Amino acid sequence: MSTDNVAHPHSAHVSHHFKDATQEYDSGKQGIWLFMVTEILMFGAILVGYGIFHVLYPAMFAEGARELDWRLGFVNTLVLIFSSFTMALSIQLIQRNKTKQAALALATTVLCGAIFMVIKYFEWTHKFHLGFYPGRFLDVAKTHAEHANLGMYFGFYYCMTGLHGLHVLIGMGLIVWLLIRTIRGDFHSQYWIPVEGVGIFWHIVDLIWIFLFPLLYLVG
Amino acid sequence: MGNHSSAAGENYLNHEKGLWSWLTTVDHKRIGLMYMITVMFFFLVGGIMALLLRLELFAPNTVQGVGQVLKNGDIYNQVLTYHGAIMVFMVIVPGIPAILGNFFLPIHLGAKDVAFPKINLLSWYCFMAGAALAIATFFTHKIDTGWTFYTPYSIRTGTSTVLMVLGAFIMGMSSVLTGLNFIVTVHKLRAPGMTMHRMPLFVWALYSTAILQMLATPVLAITLLLLAAEKIFGVGIFDPALGGDPVLFQHFFWFYSHPAVYIMILPAMGIVSELIATFSRKVIFGYTAIAYSSLGIAAVSFFVWGHHMFVSGQSATAGIIFSFITMLVGVPTAIKMFNWVATIYKGSVRFDSPMLFALGFLFLFAIGGVTGIMLAVLPIDVHFHDTYFVVAHFHYVMVGGTLMALMGGFYYWFPKMFGKMFNESLARLSFVFIFVGFNVTFFPQFVLGAMGMPRRYFDYIPAYETLNKISTVGSWLILTGFLFGLYTIVQGIRKGEKAPMNPWGAKTLEWQTSSPPPHFNFDVEPVVTAGPYEYR
Repeated sequence: MSTDNVAHPHSAHVSHHFKDATQEYDSGKQGIWLFMVTEILMFGAILVGYGIFHVLYPAMFAEGARELDWRLGFVNTLVLIFSSFTMALSIQLIQRNKTKQAALALATTVLCGAIFMVIKYFEWTHKFHLGFYPGRFLDVAKTHAEHANLGMYFGFYYCMTGLHGLHVLIGMGLIVWLLIRTIRGDFHSQYWIPVEGVGIFWHIVDLIWIFLFPLLYLVG
Repeated sequence: MGNHSSAAGENYLNHEKGLWSWLTTVDHKRIGLMYMITVMFFFLVGGIMALLLRLELFAPNTVQGVGQVLKNGDIYNQVLTYHGAIMVFMVIVPGIPAILGNFFLPIHLGAKDVAFPKINLLSWYCFMAGAALAIATFFTHKIDTGWTFYTPYSIRTGTSTVLMVLGAFIMGMSSVLTGLNFIVTVHKLRAPGMTMHRMPLFVWALYSTAILQMLATPVLAITLLLLAAEKIFGVGIFDPALGGDPVLFQHFFWFYSHPAVYIMILPAMGIVSELIATFSRKVIFGYTAIAYSSLGIAAVSFFVWGHHMFVSGQSATAGIIFSFITMLVGVPTAIKMFNWVATIYKGSVRFDSPMLFALGFLFLFAIGGVTGIMLAVLPIDVHFHDTYFVVAHFHYVMVGGTLMALMGGFYYWFPKMFGKMFNESLARLSFVFIFVGFNVTFFPQFVLGAMGMPRRYFDYIPAYETLNKISTVGSWLILTGFLFGLYTIVQGIRKGEKAPMNPWGAKTLEWQTSSPPPHFNFDVEPVVTAGPYEYR
């Protein structure tokens, strides 16, 4: 199947409204980067909110950060960085027509995403178990909170990691879609726009975590 | 699809048949028409709400019958909220870009379609899904927060805030997708010879709007998500009882919603540039100045949100700075105004109905703009804050500006969109009623505001009665005008004469393809050799 595609480069994949493959590639790439701008702005706003309240209540934020396990966050950071590497690798491999290795790299990326989510799941359930619910649901008696509004810290924690986790799940879904199409032989040295697009999305999601990790786990 | 399909009478309307072909279409022209139908529907709903509000304010509540159309203040607040939310999120924000922009931006550039046709269709479905969620609140617990959803009220009220803001979130996504599509289309899909400085000014306006949509909407998105989280989980970010800050909500909200005002008005300015050039038969005066002033407005718009919060408790320094920067918006806006007037000067002006709407726009927008500068002045704003002066101001800008331009654009491009001509006398009649009715409705509100009548109130003292009566009568004139307009459009589609290729003698690309355009816009890809307005 893949040889069939290589036999008809360019023309096979260009949509009707593009003149050539280059125009299609450039448009796709610009589109995904613009979309990433909106993602960064969306997380940017919540980071601004975090920054403001961190300045207002430094001691409360320090108390909140103490309750998080930085080791789990650190492991997750490593897992995501590694997954970004395998994601980038898959694009390289597809560009060199190494479909099987590329599929393997994509599968590894999904696996890393899954590991990240499992660790996140245990972190969250453990916090619930200890009574660290967000905002007004914080169990003050059970957690022995020193600051009355400690719930706000966990409000930020759950909102930020929750929104990020949602993006990881969406990214995993997209990579599974890429994996199926790769095995089917849709991508090759002449056509890899979707792989690169999802790749950029995955790197940005990774990058956002690299901001969240120190802000939530280490600061204070 | 042969190369000369339009010669055989094939066009985008009859290229494929059946409802399903419309619901799955990726043709930007058909998507534009789908937006047209849905936006017109929401305009009708929002308009009925407006008429109810005006009817309630026809007389003080002490008057039996007319003074008590809406049973109590709660119902009034609900109608007020739906009027605002529907008109902003479902009519004026998507209006021009999603209908006329979708239809004409690719044709203006000589492209076959927008860069991402499937995403274009997806944005329509997002819009519909978001609107459905928002409308669904109407059948559960009607919301009564006003379209701004200010905390802490919006998190305390027992109404369906969460559903409503999720609807607005999804509609915001639709807005982002449209903006993204337009930017990439402008950058990557221009026909040979179509340089950035040969693009029609409507495209420049849409391009600036798209930048705003991309940069402002994500902030609203997270704000609405946090508001939903606040209501469901009580996360405490906006709730003063938990140490949060309701003013932060206002900062976030207006960081989007002030640029959103320009998302509403910039496309209207683009249409007016087209209309004035075409009907003055003259090269537009100061093409580059008009083009770049759109970008200028877009840029400045991000630094002025604080003028919505002069009395919110932000610092005096912040108030002074925001007051100053707000006045800066007047500069690029005035550049546009003067260039339009200079274009009309010594032109061979034709007063066809689209031109009437363009001139109506100039008149109303001038009033809206000047009162905007008044409100930018810190002490005046403190005096006029939350009075009918503000209500009159933003209706002059948004309705007088955007809706006038939208109607003018509709009539201007009607022959191209449907291949038929409309009845010119009826169209002029609709203009007269809308224009006169608009001034009768909203001009008295400036006076009411200066007299001290607060906005959003369900009742008033007898001193305000006469002006309120005049205002309500004006709303009936507007209704008549829009009904004439609707009739003109329906009548034109059903029985209009066949339209020629270029009924107005305009120079932009859309007039060089058949009416209505073929499926791929042009039979042969156009090669551009001159600017868009080279009349003489």
